Formats: sequence, structure tokens, C-alpha cells
Amino acid sequence: MTWRRPKIGVVRFPGSNRDADAMRAVELCGGEAVPVWHESEDLLGVTGVLIPGGFSYGDYLRAGAMAAHSPVMKAVRKHAEAGGPVLGICNGLQILLEAGLLPGAMLPNRSLRFIHKEVFLRVERDDTPLLGKLRCGQVLRLPIAHKEGNWFAPPEVFQEVERQRLIALRYCSAEGEVAEAYNPNGALAAVAGLTNREGNVLGMMPHPECRVDPFLGEPFGKPFIAALVEVS
Amino acid sequence: MKRWDDGAELADALDHGLSPQEWERLLTALGRTPNLTELGIFAALWSEHCSYKSSRVHLTNLPTSGPRVVQGPGENAGAVDIGEGWVAVFKVESHNHPSFIEPYQGAATGVGGILRDVFTMGARPVMLLDSLRFGELSLPRMRYLVDGVVRGIGDYGNCVGVPTLGGEVDFDPAYNGNILVNAMCVGVARKDKLFFARAQGAGNRVIYLGSKTGRDGIHGATMASDTFDETAEQKRPTVQVGDPFTEKLLIEACLELMEKGLVVAIQDMGAAGLTSSAFEMAARGGCGLELDLSRVPVRAEGMTPYELMLSESQERMLLVARPQDVQEIFAICHRWGLDACDIGEVVEGREVVAYWKGELAFRLPVAPLVDAAPRYERPFQLPPSPSAVTLPSFSGRNFSEDLRRLLASPHLGSKRAVYQQYDQTVGAATLAGPGGEAALVLVPGTRIGLAATTDCNAFACSLDPYAGAAQAVVEALRNLACVGAEPVGVTDCLNFGSPENPQVMGQFVAAVQGLGDACRALGVPVVSGNVSFYNETSGQAILPTPTVGMVGVVPWVLHRPRFTLRDGDLVALLGPVVGQLNGSRYLQLVWDIKAGVIPHPDYQGEKTAAELVRSLVRLGLVAARDISDGGLAVILAEMCDEIGVRVSIPGDVSPASFLFGEWGPRYLLAFPERFQEAVAAAAEGVPFLIVGRAEGDALVVVHDDEELIWLSLVELAHLREQGLRFLEET
Repeated sequence: MTWRRPKIGVVRFPGSNRDADAMRAVELCGGEAVPVWHESEDLLGVTGVLIPGGFSYGDYLRAGAMAAHSPVMKAVRKHAEAGGPVLGICNGLQILLEAGLLPGAMLPNRSLRFIHKEVFLRVERDDTPLLGKLRCGQVLRLPIAHKEGNWFAPPEVFQEVERQRLIALRYCSAEGEVAEAYNPNGALAAVAGLTNREGNVLGMMPHPECRVDPFLGEPFGKPFIAALVEVS
Repeated sequence: MKRWDDGAELADALDHGLSPQEWERLLTALGRTPNLTELGIFAALWSEHCSYKSSRVHLTNLPTSGPRVVQGPGENAGAVDIGEGWVAVFKVESHNHPSFIEPYQGAATGVGGILRDVFTMGARPVMLLDSLRFGELSLPRMRYLVDGVVRGIGDYGNCVGVPTLGGEVDFDPAYNGNILVNAMCVGVARKDKLFFARAQGAGNRVIYLGSKTGRDGIHGATMASDTFDETAEQKRPTVQVGDPFTEKLLIEACLELMEKGLVVAIQDMGAAGLTSSAFEMAARGGCGLELDLSRVPVRAEGMTPYELMLSESQERMLLVARPQDVQEIFAICHRWGLDACDIGEVVEGREVVAYWKGELAFRLPVAPLVDAAPRYERPFQLPPSPSAVTLPSFSGRNFSEDLRRLLASPHLGSKRAVYQQYDQTVGAATLAGPGGEAALVLVPGTRIGLAATTDCNAFACSLDPYAGAAQAVVEALRNLACVGAEPVGVTDCLNFGSPENPQVMGQFVAAVQGLGDACRALGVPVVSGNVSFYNETSGQAILPTPTVGMVGVVPWVLHRPRFTLRDGDLVALLGPVVGQLNGSRYLQLVWDIKAGVIPHPDYQGEKTAAELVRSLVRLGLVAARDISDGGLAVILAEMCDEIGVRVSIPGDVSPASFLFGEWGPRYLLAFPERFQEAVAAAAEGVPFLIVGRAEGDALVVVHDDEELIWLSLVELAHLREQGLRFLEET
């Protein structure tokens, strides 16, 4: 048996701008980052997928709306349905919502402005492969950088989300208290990250990829990227 | 109304902003009467904005060479060696006039333009900074302008994916009719992979790349070379519209084309669009161009050669390539979803010839347009030397209240409401962003730290443009020192009123001298820059605002710099114990005294102190902030984040000068007690005094056992957010 690094496909749309950062983070966590172009109809043999942040197709129409219908997303859907791990960050989460791989939708931030801010996050699930390196109740600190991160779901959808425990991360205080004062964008139930029922798809608004290298700040992003690499 | 190919006459020249003398000069240079399109081209290239006709004779006084300089002024941006085969490519540019007319698009396209100047050189942009000046916030329109400019900068930079990591925001009634938006971009490139705007090789193709050409921005360059009156609003159609998504595609496509060796020369279509890119590339390359304007992609029906040549539609590039590479270039551009087409070729001789629908549109010699543009030695009157003000009596003064007023002002409060709208972490290389002293990023794949700052105290420049400009340079030096960086180059954005006013011209001349003298004294070359004149409305000029953008290097970053106190830190004052109150923000903002002498920098003292601070920061021993706007008390407040501080003023010292004095190589250092010996030993030979300790939950200053200032952390945080709170009330 030969040693190999897991191949993680980093999807590149026109307008992706955290793709290079995501690739470096994957490499730092021991994976082999493979750029996958949006027009590609197959995933080039990767075993895990990362959809990075940015403004795919310039966020025209709605953030993530056009990317959700790109050729590569057909392949990502097939990969996810077969149980393959998928991590979507920021615009990546918006795309996963638009593609129906995660529940709910994104609205513009309550302030209607772009917000870049260090936020605290409370881990709500630790029993899925992509959250396996975290503990429930643990408080993390990561930056958010978005204009449309106000997650919303109609009551019947939200009930299902709660019943199936799909909320992965919530905005909170440094002490882990969830309250409106610590909700930066108005997201319903302070949702900052979501998983699917099977646990192989995770989407999050905060940016773990820029907090993997401890040199750039406390490496609270590492558990997310490292988990993706390990389970792929 | 005249057609594009009708002959022009004096009245048309005047309409285009040329003087009667310039019209005569044009006729002599050309040896015939131009048609309207040719006149438009002359007027654009001879505008103040493109030709620097009033400033050029003075700009020659700036030092532009040095061992690190790879490219000085004259290209799209300057480039300096930062080690390990890398160069930093940077420039600052103004977008003042458009931003006043249409703040969102004006500011956004300012960012777009400066990004293109940098990636055109083959450099990947790694950070943006913005130096902004606004008028009184009590004017409703001014709040709209601040909001629009900040959104425009944010939406453009955020989408393109370049972090905005620094800059300044300040306010003065002198900007009520002319706001300033100066955008700076810093990029990195391999030293042997720089690209230039020099058209070369007869037979090579001229490729148009990017957005289609529309009617937006026609006359942008001439508009930016004129003053405003009450009809400024009517100039809205001359403002361009930005599309950051296309810009992002352009960056990736251009860098890929360059990486693959497919580019001979490249230039963005900025001010004066196709006109300036074509003529400047031909001028620098010493060749001619033959263009077919019918092939330019258009987004509007029936555009004439006049409009095609003068449109300032954004996100467009012109490049020169070998004929055999054209198909590959098209394939790459197509993959990025960009329009690219072949619109002409490089030819022998020194003429630009353009055809349209098979007929000759114009034939113009390059030399008189670019090289022989008018140069003026405008009459100037140097500003009078300011006289010192008599200081008021400070006995019994409530300094807590004074500090409250300073912190609650938009001038000296937190700028968080602004920079929170800017992406600061994209690129995953940010070591220090806004809210600190200077921006610091890692050059990708290395441990080289690249730092940048913009500085200008325009209030000081209004009192003494020479000393004010020189002080801006040393302040930039101090800011870089606080992140451990050594300066390697300067870019400047010189914002002034009308050069036709001898007093304004005098301010300009003095400021350029101050800038040049300071850069020479510190051994830092000026490698790029921009002059923005005619920032005046109905005869009211702005404060002289020579913005200094300084770039520095940390050869090998060991520690991420910090700027706030930690529990138990000792706080030391490095440099003179007191500052001068003359020309201070304290006298200006609290006492309404807008006069005083601005001292000339003590260059030797500044160099020594900066070198010391730089090494302490590099070793991770101290958190450092320099004492500038607002004085020590304001800087101390900025350092209080999670923990309070207690500072004692030495008994024999005037509290006001200690707390609010400015100027000179003064820094506040904070460090754990265990480093005290090391820091004190390193500081030998430089005035160094431990003044306090980080503790408790308030900022406390005592003098002779008397508590002069007591402000709780909660109140401090609240006060510092006051000034720009309106930005968060939608």
C-alpha cells in the first residue's frame, strides 16, 4: 500500500475569491488541493469537495443562485448524494442552499451592509464526520465577511431543521451565550452553519480557511478543514 | 452640433478645456486644423489630469532613485525590491471629482482603476488602502457622501477579493464642496516577471480585452481637471460605472496571460480610455499603432470614433501580443468569459492612425501629444511662515472632559463603522489590518512581511504645507515601525485647489519640497504618484492634502504585531516626555485654535527611534503605537481594549503637553514586566520612561497624586463609536 494524501476538489467559479486560500488551507491540513473549474462535469477523482467563498458570477440574481445551476454542481450533487463529504464556506454555503443541498435561504444582512467581523460561534453538533473534531458547546472565534448571511427558513422548514438537529454553528458571546446582541446579521436562530441530515454536507458563513495557519491567528478554522481532509 | 470628423475651431477647443494659447500650440504642433475627434484626443491628453502640466516641473524635486527601486515614476505603478526575488508594486490615485458627484460609483471605480494600475504590471494585488476626506457631517449630503463612498469602496474591493487594510478618514469644512477619495493598492510580483506599457515590434497585434465600450465617462479626465460650481450635479453622466466581477475576471485572465508569456506590453484604459492607453503605449515604446475602431466591442448603438476614443468605460485593457499568440489569448479570455478582439497592429513610425468603417478617422503624431504636452511654470506665492500661538491656561482644566470630546469626534474616534464594511481577511495573509498602526500582510509562500500606511495631517498642512508634508512622511515611518517594517518606497497623492491661483500653487510647491526633503532625509524614494488639482468649488479650495502612501518590509516575520494592552503590561513612553501643543488636534478641536507653528521633523531622532521600535516589534517584545493625531491620551485610549491602564505624569511636566502634545518621535510601548530589562537596555540613548501599567477597568491618569483623567472602559468604547455611529443607523 502506498501513502497518499486525500484529494480535495476546490471548486472555482468565475468570481470565487477565497479559492486560493482554501487550497492552501487544505494543503496545510495534509490534503492535496485540486482546483475544479465550474464548467467541469466531473470531479477529477477527488474524494472530498470544498466550495470556497467569493462572489460566484458576481452574485448576480442572488448570491449563489447562478452557481447552483452550473455543470460542476451537478457533479457535486451526485458526490453528496453518494455520501461524499462537502464543505461550503460563505458563498459556498449560499450555493449549497440555492442547490437545495442544505435547507433554508440567505437574505441580505439586517444592516444591508457588508460585515467583516470577528465573531464567536457555539458548536451545536459534534456527531457528524465533518464536525467530529469539535465538541458540543465549544466556543470558537472566526471572521465573517459577507453581505448576505441572514439565514432564513419558513416555519415548517425550520421545524424540520430543529427536529433533525441540522444547526451546526450559532453566533454567540465569548461565553457561549446565544442572544440577539451577538447575532451579527439577523440570521434566524442565530444560525451560522448547517449540516444535512446525513452529516456529509456542512455549510458555514464564517471563514475557517484563513485561520488554519496559527501564524495568522488562533487556528480555530483547522478542525473544519482537517476533518474534511481526514474523512475524504 | 458638430460631427466627429468636422473641423474644429477655437470655440470647440475652449469647450474642451483648452486655453487659447494651447489651441495655438496644438495648431503649430499638428501643422493643420484637427477634426473634432483629434481635438478631443489632444484635450484629454493635455488635461491636467493626464499631462501633469502644472506640477511636472516641481515633481522633479522628489527623490526617485535608490538601490531597491526597480521601476520609478512614469509607468502604471512603481516597483521596489523586497527581497527573495519579489518586488512590491504600488501606487495611490485620486478619484475625488467623480466621488463628489456620484459617491458610490466614483469611489468604486477609483478602487477599480488603482487595482488595474497594479496588476497591469504583472503584480497580484494583495491589499488596498483608502485615504478619505469629507466635510461637515452636520450636512445631510455629507452623510450620504460618506455612506456612498464607503459602500462603493467595500463592494468593489470585497467582490474582487483584495483586502482593504488601512487608510484614513478625516473631516474639515474645507471639504464641504470637494471630498477626497485617494485609493492605494499594493501588489507583489516576481522581479523578473514585471510587465510594462511599451508597445513594441512592428507587426504585433493590438488586443482589446474586457468590458464593452459605452458612452459612460466621456470627458472624465477633463472633468477632473476643472473646478466645480453649483452645477456639479449635472456632471453625473461623466462618472463611470464599475463592475468588480469583470475586474476579478480581468485580473485572473491578465495574470494568466502574463504567466504564460503571451503579453508583449499591456496598459489599462483608465482616464481618457483608449486615447491614453494607445498613445502612451506608443510613446513609451517609440513606435506607432494602426487601429480599426469598427472592431472595438460596443455596448451602445451608433458610437462615433470621438466617443470610442474618449469613453472611460471601466474594466478594459489594451495589450500588445505576437500574432502567433493571438488565438491562445482569445481562448484564455473566453474561458474567463471576457470579450477580447484584435483591433489593430503595431507599426513603424511614430503615428497613431485609426480607421472607422473603412475610412480614416484620424492620423496623429505621437510626440506632440504625449512628449510635447504643455508644461507650465505657474506663478506661485509661498505661504507665510505661521507664528506661534500663545497657549491658554490649563490650570483647573477638566482633562477627562477634553478627552471625551476628542474621542467622541469623528476625527479621532474609532473608524470601525467604516472598515467593518471591508473584507480584511481574504487572501489569508493578513497579519495587521485597520485599527492598528499600519497594514501588514505576508507575501504568499514566504515569511516576508509587506507593510503599508497612508498618512496626511491636512490641518497641519493648512498651517504650514512644507512642515505638514514632511511630518506626514515621518508619521508614515513611525507607523511602519509599529509593525516592525522598514520603509522601502513612497507613493504620493497630492490633492490641492486650482493651480491657477498663486496661493494654492504656493502650497503645492511648499508641500512638494517638504515631501522631497523628508524622503531624502530618510532615504526613501518616491516611485509613483498622482496629482489632483482643481479641488475647489466656487473659489473655495480644499486644505492642502499631500497624502503619503508608504510601503515597508519585514524581511522575516517572527511575530504578529499587536497594538492593545494586556493585563499587567508595563507602559513606557519612548521619545520626548512632552509634545508640542502648537498645531495639535487638541487645540484645533477642543479650543478651536486653528493656528500655530508646525515643527520641522527631527530626522535623526525619528530614524533612531523608528529603528529601535522596529527591532523591539520584530522580536515580539512590545506592542507599539506612535503618538500623533490627538496626542498620548488618545493613543492610550486606542490601546485600551480588554484591560484598563493607570498612567502617572512626571511631577515637573505640564499635563496638557504630556497628554495632548504632538510631533516628534514619540511612541507608547507596552510589554510584560519580564521584558522590562531587555526593552530598557535596547532603548539606551533614547529617552525612555515607564509611565504606567495595564490594570483595572478604566483609563486613569494621575499627576502629583491628583486624578486628572478617569474614564471607564465601557465609556471609552462607547465614546470612540460616537463619531461615525450614523453609518450604522440605516
